[in-house]
Amino acid sequence: MAGLDEDRKNRERADGDSPHSHEMVSIVLHVNGQAHPLPVEPRMTLAEVLRGPLGLKGTKVACDRGACSACTVWLENEVVASCSILAVEVGDRPVTTIEGLTGDRSLHPVQEAFIAHDAVQCGFCTPGLVMSCARLLADNPHPDETDIRTAISGHLCRCGTYPHVLRAILALGKTEGSQHE
Amino acid sequence: MNDRDGRHTKFPHGLAHLGLDEVEREIAPDEPPPWGPNAELTQIGKSVPRWDAAAKVTGKARYTVDVELEGMLHAAVLRSPWPHAEVLDLDLGAAATAPGVRAVLALLDRPADKEAAELRYVGQPIAAVAADSLALAEEALRLIRVEYVPQAFVVDLEEAMGTHAPAVYASLAHEEIPSAGLPGRASGIPLRGNVRGADTQGSRGNIREGFAAAEVIVDRTYRTQVQTHSCMEPHAIVASWHEDGLEVWMSTQFTAGVRAQLAHEFQLPLARVSVRAQAVGGAFGSKSQLRLYGRAAVTLSRMTGKPVRLVHRRDEEQMDTGNRPSSKQNLRIGARRDGSLTAISLHAYGSAGIAFGAWAGNIASAMYSCPNVESLQYDVFTHASPGCPMRGPGNTQGAFALEQAVDELAENLAMDPLILRDRIDPSVVRREERRLGAARFGWSRRHLPGADAYPVKRGMGMAQSLWPANVQLNAACELQLWRDGRVEILSSVQDIGTGVGTVLRQVVAEELGLEPQQIQLRIGDTEFPSGPPSYGSRTTASITPPARSAAWQIKQALFRSLADRWQVEPEALAAHNGWIYLAQDHERRISWPDAAATLRTDRISAFASRSDDYAGFRSRSGDAAIALNDLGGVQFAEVEVDTETGVIRVVRVLAVHDCGRPLNPLQIESQIQGGILMGISYALLEERILDRHTGWMLNPNFVDYKLLGAADTPQLEVILLENYQGLSATDAYGVAEPANIATAAAVANAVYNAIGMRMETLPMTPAKVLDVLAQSSRRRP
Repeated sequence: MAGLDEDRKNRERADGDSPHSHEMVSIVLHVNGQAHPLPVEPRMTLAEVLRGPLGLKGTKVACDRGACSACTVWLENEVVASCSILAVEVGDRPVTTIEGLTGDRSLHPVQEAFIAHDAVQCGFCTPGLVMSCARLLADNPHPDETDIRTAISGHLCRCGTYPHVLRAILALGKTEGSQHE
Repeated sequence: MNDRDGRHTKFPHGLAHLGLDEVEREIAPDEPPPWGPNAELTQIGKSVPRWDAAAKVTGKARYTVDVELEGMLHAAVLRSPWPHAEVLDLDLGAAATAPGVRAVLALLDRPADKEAAELRYVGQPIAAVAADSLALAEEALRLIRVEYVPQAFVVDLEEAMGTHAPAVYASLAHEEIPSAGLPGRASGIPLRGNVRGADTQGSRGNIREGFAAAEVIVDRTYRTQVQTHSCMEPHAIVASWHEDGLEVWMSTQFTAGVRAQLAHEFQLPLARVSVRAQAVGGAFGSKSQLRLYGRAAVTLSRMTGKPVRLVHRRDEEQMDTGNRPSSKQNLRIGARRDGSLTAISLHAYGSAGIAFGAWAGNIASAMYSCPNVESLQYDVFTHASPGCPMRGPGNTQGAFALEQAVDELAENLAMDPLILRDRIDPSVVRREERRLGAARFGWSRRHLPGADAYPVKRGMGMAQSLWPANVQLNAACELQLWRDGRVEILSSVQDIGTGVGTVLRQVVAEELGLEPQQIQLRIGDTEFPSGPPSYGSRTTASITPPARSAAWQIKQALFRSLADRWQVEPEALAAHNGWIYLAQDHERRISWPDAAATLRTDRISAFASRSDDYAGFRSRSGDAAIALNDLGGVQFAEVEVDTETGVIRVVRVLAVHDCGRPLNPLQIESQIQGGILMGISYALLEERILDRHTGWMLNPNFVDYKLLGAADTPQLEVILLENYQGLSATDAYGVAEPANIATAAAVANAVYNAIGMRMETLPMTPAKVLDVLAQSSRRRP
């Protein structure tokens, strides 16, 4: 097991000498209904912590500066770009990611609508779009086309799924008495 | 329909909505019998849900950026801050001993005959570091010492054509010049200064006589910008070198192609290299090659004995992962009064930076009937990052010029642009697309140019696409039937969002009489038979015929197994709806799993590769061929131009396309919508801007590089033809590129119709619109 020993030694060396390591702080992140105590570097974004230590890779980072919304998660009941908020800023506000959206259901109605209307191509921007659309419907169960366009106007999709996203959410919003929370 | 020896067989032929006839083809005995038109089929032509949609909407789909391996290192790349410099010394020593650093690799070679290595663009890789974390790798980059001697440079296409411009290459003889990747371009073309050319492919007849015979001539210079692919998932690789071979996860359009490159470059047997791409977050032409970053990650893994992850930052992605080359096209067209063309002359200059292959396509020489064509195409080298193919490479730039020139010619001839095209376009499919599109779009309501009252003017325009129907011959799959009834299809073909996995399931399900969700897909892994690339609009055309052939062979094997037991001929059996029947006696039937249980062994397997198109190919070169048919498409656009602000708003687009037999209409609609939206974005917003004083890209991010969003997405409508040609076991072809080629030109023609002025330069920004409007008002008396 020389390889493992060497690994450990190198990691210790890295930890000891890293320009970042002495800045580690302990936080508790509340993600998808679970509390996660963990050490983070102050410079780490929420997206980095979700995708890294928490292993929640459904949240995607594409532009890394809040310009494409691929990394959208919910912070309490607001959609935020997780690439543009520091993990240490989150505090005790609950975070919901794509992994936590469905709860006990296998699919959220927004996800079912995306599948039915083929609002997915390469899929990289899709989790972010799903999070924004699900938030929209939670706040406004019967959005019109303008509401939907506004809700997703910050999302970039290079494959061009916007027309099918609009179609999917319009159809969902027309469902009688729909509640999408 | 087929006779017993399976040789001469009749296939449905023609456009379904006009009524079909038949065409006879001679096919090999191992080819399946023809399918009827979609109306007679169960799974084909249906909008079956995308196979991986559930994984993608739940965030479970695994992209290369999500791959994490035990002990994985992270790589970062040092890039040139200079657009042109000599590197006298590169000292990696301090970086190599920095905390957490495991390996440092120079990515710059000094040519044997030179004193120094040369850097030719800002962002060019110089060295790479692999470390325990990305932060440590980036930290170590700062310790690399480079002794640069900056040199004169040029980043502007027209400046680079000047006789005193700094030369990007002294000669083409000893340089490894990257290619923008277009096949079949002539080699041995001379270089003068920074200008390489001319490539004369497509030229014919006598251009001087052609213009002498012309009664009307249009003549303009069109310019198109550099567009970046802007994939949402950046270029990414995780490489793991171990004693018995190499494993690579890569965000790629071509797993099998990357494996071949790796085997060649690292001198490994093909069988010892595996390349995987499960989900791929966009590519559009930029992810088909291994490239330097891929070689760097593999080399770092070999050096350290650990997996190495290399993922581009967004600014690196925008600066140095390829782009659509720019163009400057002088296009002259001569015609007689009746509209017939007498001469087309294209002098096209384009820059793919330090790469060659920046042509404006073959659309000007190939779309319309014209006896005299002069096509002179030049590469202009600049100190800018290398271009590469991007969705409809060449023809997208070329269509912007050609389709505006034809629009202008129609006006000068006092003809409707559709009527002119009926005269000069030999394609019967596009003629039908124009007819259907015009009726649906309300083309007859199109007014004279600039006829609307101020300040917001509406206009309608149209344009056409041309793209070859490509086929990959090195394209194969295996179909496995297990004794428990499970069916698996195996191929290295990758689904980058085109939906090829969905149509593979449909094709196999149709042949076996099962439901698509009963077919298990194992794709995106070179452990399986080599599939085609996802480029050139060729994936569906290349892999669905062998998938059907393999399914048909499996079905025959299962029928033989049953026939023994039932004491009937295998030909007497049929599979439908999850059952296998005796064709004359539907009461005699057995369920699919029960039938599979009769197999002698646990698993049977069939392998098939892409056979030649039944009517042959137009041409073939290496692993690829070009089918006899072309892919077309006609697009209509309506715009509003605010003449006070210069803002163009695309109100609606109607796209009429054909792709042989449509396998999944909803997925095809998705892909066509994507092509249109990328085209509108190209037409109005996108432009890579290089600072001419520093050579740096000024907008390497999604804040300053504008992409079309949902707010500006117009109403889109797609009409899809069923075009049967009897060319393969599925008769299906691609559509990704034709969907993008016509859009910018259709928008430009609509803008002309709105304001009565030609937009000769992309992107059509408000500033450019106000500029041409100011010119038009100056011209008024």
